[in-house]
Amino acid sequence: MTQTSPIQHETDAAAGGPVLVAENVRKSFGDVEVLSGINLEVQQGETVVVLGPSGSGKSTFLRCINLLEDLNGGRILVDGRDVGFEVRGERLHELSGNQIAMRRRDIGMVFQQFNLFAHMTVLQNIIEAPTGVKGEPREQAVAYAKSLLAKVNLSGREDAYPRQLSGGQQQRVAIARALAMRPKLMLFDEPTSALDPELVGEVLATMKELSGEGLTMVVVTHEISFAREAADRVVFMDGGVIVEQGTPEQVIDNPQQERTRAFLSRFL
Amino acid sequence: MPVTSRPVTSADATRGGERVTARSLSLDVANSVRRKHPWRIVAVLVIAVLLAQLVQLLVTNERFGWPTVAKYLFSIQVMQGLGMTIVLTIIGMILGIVLGVVLAICRISKNPVLQATSSAYIWFFRGTPLLVQLIFFYNLSALVPQLSLGIPFGPAFVSVATNTVITPMLVAILGLGLHEAAYMAEIIRGGLLSVDPGQREAGASVGMSNARIMRRIVLPQAMRFIIPPTGNQVISMAKATSLVSVIAMSDLFYTVQAIYNRNFETIPLLLVAVIWYLIITSLLNIGQSFIEKRFSRSAKQENNSLWSFLTRRSGRRPVAAAGAAGSVPASVTEASNTEASNTEASVTERSDA
Repeated sequence: MTQTSPIQHETDAAAGGPVLVAENVRKSFGDVEVLSGINLEVQQGETVVVLGPSGSGKSTFLRCINLLEDLNGGRILVDGRDVGFEVRGERLHELSGNQIAMRRRDIGMVFQQFNLFAHMTVLQNIIEAPTGVKGEPREQAVAYAKSLLAKVNLSGREDAYPRQLSGGQQQRVAIARALAMRPKLMLFDEPTSALDPELVGEVLATMKELSGEGLTMVVVTHEISFAREAADRVVFMDGGVIVEQGTPEQVIDNPQQERTRAFLSRFL
Repeated sequence: MPVTSRPVTSADATRGGERVTARSLSLDVANSVRRKHPWRIVAVLVIAVLLAQLVQLLVTNERFGWPTVAKYLFSIQVMQGLGMTIVLTIIGMILGIVLGVVLAICRISKNPVLQATSSAYIWFFRGTPLLVQLIFFYNLSALVPQLSLGIPFGPAFVSVATNTVITPMLVAILGLGLHEAAYMAEIIRGGLLSVDPGQREAGASVGMSNARIMRRIVLPQAMRFIIPPTGNQVISMAKATSLVSVIAMSDLFYTVQAIYNRNFETIPLLLVAVIWYLIITSLLNIGQSFIEKRFSRSAKQENNSLWSFLTRRSGRRPVAAAGAAGSVPASVTEASNTEASNTEASVTERSDA
């Protein structure tokens, strides 16, 4: 199966509804409110790029989606289900750690600092979760891992350890590791911010390719050119709220809000 | 003649005047005159003289009683004592590690009651000398004459006299193990905290449960930080077992004491103990470096043992080592500090390579 069809992204959203729904998401760190009511829907196959100045809450929002941060209010549904809760009667009931882990399988994440498992080879990094968490047979997981490595242009580096790879290569392995779980939604948290300028291109090229294939993606980045070329929709966040959203042409080339204009002017 | 106007070709560069001149005057680092080190020779001479004196003392001073040492070194009594010392070391260490893991996990748990309990335990058992703890446990019957098993504050199902349960063997095991657990807890906690939190997040993001993250991601990486100080702890545990001689446990040290109290051959019998302790600790040292190599294999490819680090460079690099030390809590036991910083220094060096 993995031999014939190159890459599968689980394109069968349950009822054809949005893959991600965020309703009035609020989050505070102590007294500081970083998210003050975020509302966002992401449709199947859509690539949404979140732009915004540092401290605007965009990374926090992303981390709330797969519950690396708890929310203080509102609701986030992925594929029609709350990530950390289940509806019983009239209220949401908190899930156990293991149940949350189950739901996280469908949400891939790529981190700014790559976070590859340092004690495992590239191949082990990729097959660890499919074999260990999902119980996929090893041969199948290895075959799929190899096809993913081919996709991110890293064939032949299966036995390398992360520290032997450049930042760009590590990030592409991290993308392959996330894809190995066949996620319904992929989150990219400033995937190129920790890279040397000459390595940014290779990671963005990989992401553009995935976006073109219909992977549902939410990307937090500072790469305006990526937003322009790959995004179906651009969301501009500032001060813990979504200030403006629309197509790249609308938001980047013809921003309506003063704050958006001020932010974008720094990149021109 | 304006030289600048002439185009410089590559041929000029290779046959250029500068380089030829340098060659002719031997101004090349490779041909430089090496510095002399007269003090090194002085140091060698001084040590040679001291060593010769030591050898002379060992050979000519009859009071060492080497024939007596030979007579008792492999005697049954000493062998039994040695066996007891080894058994106590192993059991004490196992108890220490198991309890230490529990304490470490409590200490980093989110439950403040568990945290505080663990901290209090560590505070007490690290804060009082092992010798005092051993004697205290030994005299437990004076404090609690009866031990009973039953409903707390309610009726007891079983009740026994403390003195029948608390044997010297149990006191020794509990004393050594409980004391060791406090140190191991800090070592294990330090190891767990040394793993980048991003590793846990990455594990969570691919759907691993917390237990799986701990087992597959955090512990294997923490081991590199836990193994070296644990090796030190085993070595100090082997020596600390000699303290149980005060509660009449017939370990190696108690045995030789018992013998020299009879025959007054004090020095030869102490030498027997010294020799056996040195043999035990030397074997443990070899074992430790072996295990260390095994656990660091995945994290490094090059041969970068502590030994090659020490032989290749003199002294560690303070700035780099301090930077790496920042990731390990300062509360790691004093005993492990030298070892830990050595390892960190070699870690730093590795990442440079």
